Amino acid sequence: MSDSPYFDPRHYGIDPHGPWPEDVPKGQDDSHWRYENDPKGARRAELRVAFCWSLTLLASIGLAWVYVAGGQTQVEGALWAMAFFGLGVGFILWARDLLPGTEVTASRGHHDVCAEEDRRAVAESLTRGIEPMARRPFLFKMLGAVGGVFGVAAVFPLASLGPRVHLDLDHTKWGVGTRAVTEDGNPVLPTDVAVNGILTVFPEGYITDALSPTLLINVGDLPFEIPPSREGWTINGLVAFSKICTHAGCPASLYNVQSHQLVCPCHQSTFDVLSDCKPVFGPAPRPLPQLPITTDIDGYVVSQSDYHEPVGPGFWDR
Amino acid sequence: MSTTEERAAEQKRYAAGKSVLDTVDERFGSSRFLTSVLDKIFPDHWSFMVGEIAMDSLIILIITGIYLALFYVPSSTDVIYAPTSGHVYAPLVGQHMTEAYQSVINLSFNVRAGLIMRQAHHWAALVFLAAVLFHLCRVFFTGAFRKPREVNWIIGVTLWLVVILEGFTGYSLPDDLLSGTGLRVIYSIVEGLPLVGTWIVYDFWGGSYPGTTFLTRLFVIHEFIFPLLIVGLLTAHLMILWHQKHSDFPGPGKTETNIRGSRVWPQYALKAGGLFMIVTGTIFLLAGEIQINPVWLYGPYNPYTVSIGAQPDWYLGWLDGSVRLWPHWEFASFGHEIPNPVFPGILIPGLLFTTIYAWPWLDKKIYSDYGAHNLLDRPRDKPFRTGVGVAAIVFFADLTIACGSDILANDFHVGFERVIEVLQYGALLGPVVGFVIAYKACQALQRTGAHPIQRPLGGVIIRSANGAYHTLSDHHGNGHGDNGHGDNGHGDKADAVANGHGTAEEAPAPVGAADEPAGASD
Repeated sequence: MSDSPYFDPRHYGIDPHGPWPEDVPKGQDDSHWRYENDPKGARRAELRVAFCWSLTLLASIGLAWVYVAGGQTQVEGALWAMAFFGLGVGFILWARDLLPGTEVTASRGHHDVCAEEDRRAVAESLTRGIEPMARRPFLFKMLGAVGGVFGVAAVFPLASLGPRVHLDLDHTKWGVGTRAVTEDGNPVLPTDVAVNGILTVFPEGYITDALSPTLLINVGDLPFEIPPSREGWTINGLVAFSKICTHAGCPASLYNVQSHQLVCPCHQSTFDVLSDCKPVFGPAPRPLPQLPITTDIDGYVVSQSDYHEPVGPGFWDR
Repeated sequence: MSTTEERAAEQKRYAAGKSVLDTVDERFGSSRFLTSVLDKIFPDHWSFMVGEIAMDSLIILIITGIYLALFYVPSSTDVIYAPTSGHVYAPLVGQHMTEAYQSVINLSFNVRAGLIMRQAHHWAALVFLAAVLFHLCRVFFTGAFRKPREVNWIIGVTLWLVVILEGFTGYSLPDDLLSGTGLRVIYSIVEGLPLVGTWIVYDFWGGSYPGTTFLTRLFVIHEFIFPLLIVGLLTAHLMILWHQKHSDFPGPGKTETNIRGSRVWPQYALKAGGLFMIVTGTIFLLAGEIQINPVWLYGPYNPYTVSIGAQPDWYLGWLDGSVRLWPHWEFASFGHEIPNPVFPGILIPGLLFTTIYAWPWLDKKIYSDYGAHNLLDRPRDKPFRTGVGVAAIVFFADLTIACGSDILANDFHVGFERVIEVLQYGALLGPVVGFVIAYKACQALQRTGAHPIQRPLGGVIIRSANGAYHTLSDHHGNGHGDNGHGDNGHGDKADAVANGHGTAEEAPAPVGAADEPAGASD
């Protein structure tokens, strides 16, 4: 047995010139396979593999045919799966039943770490360069300064990526007498919003501006609390609040008519419309800003000015 | 058994193979390296296979991703839906959308085999992250991150992080209403960062939300930067694994300095290849039969509409849940503010990931164990570590459930306020309860029975007439009947006893967990 190539220490991670480690058994032989002594079983195993691969063959023909016929996602999925399963299971059965390789134990080597002499050698190699360098502290300081300045200069091109932060986070496209229009661009009469109704409006010409969408809400005759400084910001029962949630910027678009609350569908921040859209539940920290509105000469809804505070989520310099 | 002709053919094949290898060796001196490759041993345990599933999913992602990239148009240009020849998706006719969204719709409906490739790509990403997380848990609970494998832990956690971001960027590319809402939330979270937030978002988006250049940049990030990072990190991960050799559970005959398992050639090569094909088959089955991310139903993105039931993909649910559960607190003072979403969206994930990164070193301190280990812990033998792991899982699970708070409220007919309050308490108390239960369960499991390696291997040694030894009632020693070591089939029985003896010496301290931290007792 010992002349078999499988007993070469090289196959067990063992140095052929060194001693045989105690924790690696001698005389292991992983040249055996499952049906080694059972020719009929081996033949059956071979047929099993062949069967699996025939499934792949059939599925492949099917895939080509389905593609030519115009493609059909469900059938394609089933056929792709069948093709891969057949191939894969066939490989695994081949390895399990017909190929050698029972478990064996080998050496890990010396934890794959080096001997102390090797470690000393590498430290010496490193020191060869470090020592003479350390004698020039001035150059090190110089290099640090130059590297820092060069590093800053080198990132300047990144500044081309976006505009410098201007004030457009503080402002929307609403201004003095800006007409409110619907999604389709039509101007809005105060009577377009029924009592308890809501309507999303945009500053005319800026329907896609992300910070400007505004909700017109008709609260009818209900008591509506607003600070004295905002007298005259409404058209009878018609009030306008920013649609952009002060939490994470989603559109706060669910209006509960019974409780007169606006709910943001993203994180369930809830705002009480009748008391100045103050947050009453959820993570939003601030009320939705109110837009002062009035009607223009044609009777359409317009803004009196921009919002008096930045809309949407907070930021450092808000 | 073999006939003369068979033996001659065998010799011929051996000579042919050898001459090829010799030719290579003459150029590269490769024989010793190739021997180590072909002879390489990987321990056999089902849980070691899950990392392979992650790698297999990555291969599928790369192949399907290249296919998708050939059709996707990374452009924010506004167009009116114009289907390429073939199917027209009627509900979108006449609608404004970005070119990006239109290209995804056309890829889904008008490119033959386009939809299954898209769905396979998305499913593979979900499977990838599930496998990554399972693999991470396996490594954590068995202590596989201990010396000398700390660096691979760091690389692995980084891979998890990058794969999450890669998944999120890919999910955002179609520019549909659902993913656009997710991007809006991420924009708001990053915008809130102290000092640099607004600068970062302006540079990434090319201006205030939604920007004009973002999809092009997202495409570069998703197609180029993150994949390069993932492939690079994975290569390092595997090279280190290869060099250090795989860790293994303790067992009869196993020591810190040997390794037991099947060889790469031919067993692992064929079985790993087979596993790859089965993973691929499963993903394509999911892709064909179970619809995923039907962006045509969500519609194109615009900043003033949102759908109810806006949940991210599952692997980011915890982040969305965290943002939902955090109360309305924020910090505002000295003319500046740190807005609300920064705390649950950046601070909490930051603390979690810092702890996860630091765990190998915390673990050393906790157990005063600075040594190298190739043999793994059983989770029950380290109740404190297992408790911490279970607490983390409970915490993440609670946050993940919270990302569906609106769905839960709707399905169970309770107010969403109650759902959120319950989950807020759950996030605080759940981990504590999870820790205590896991800790006690580990202790109870320890009492139910010793580890196989800690049991005496048999009691009676019998010496047979021809001088061989064997043991009576040695069920544990022979549990791995196919193991080949000790050579139970072919004489030389003394080996079995020698192994048994060696095993006993390697056994860790008896049950009772002397290696538990001093403070952690019941």
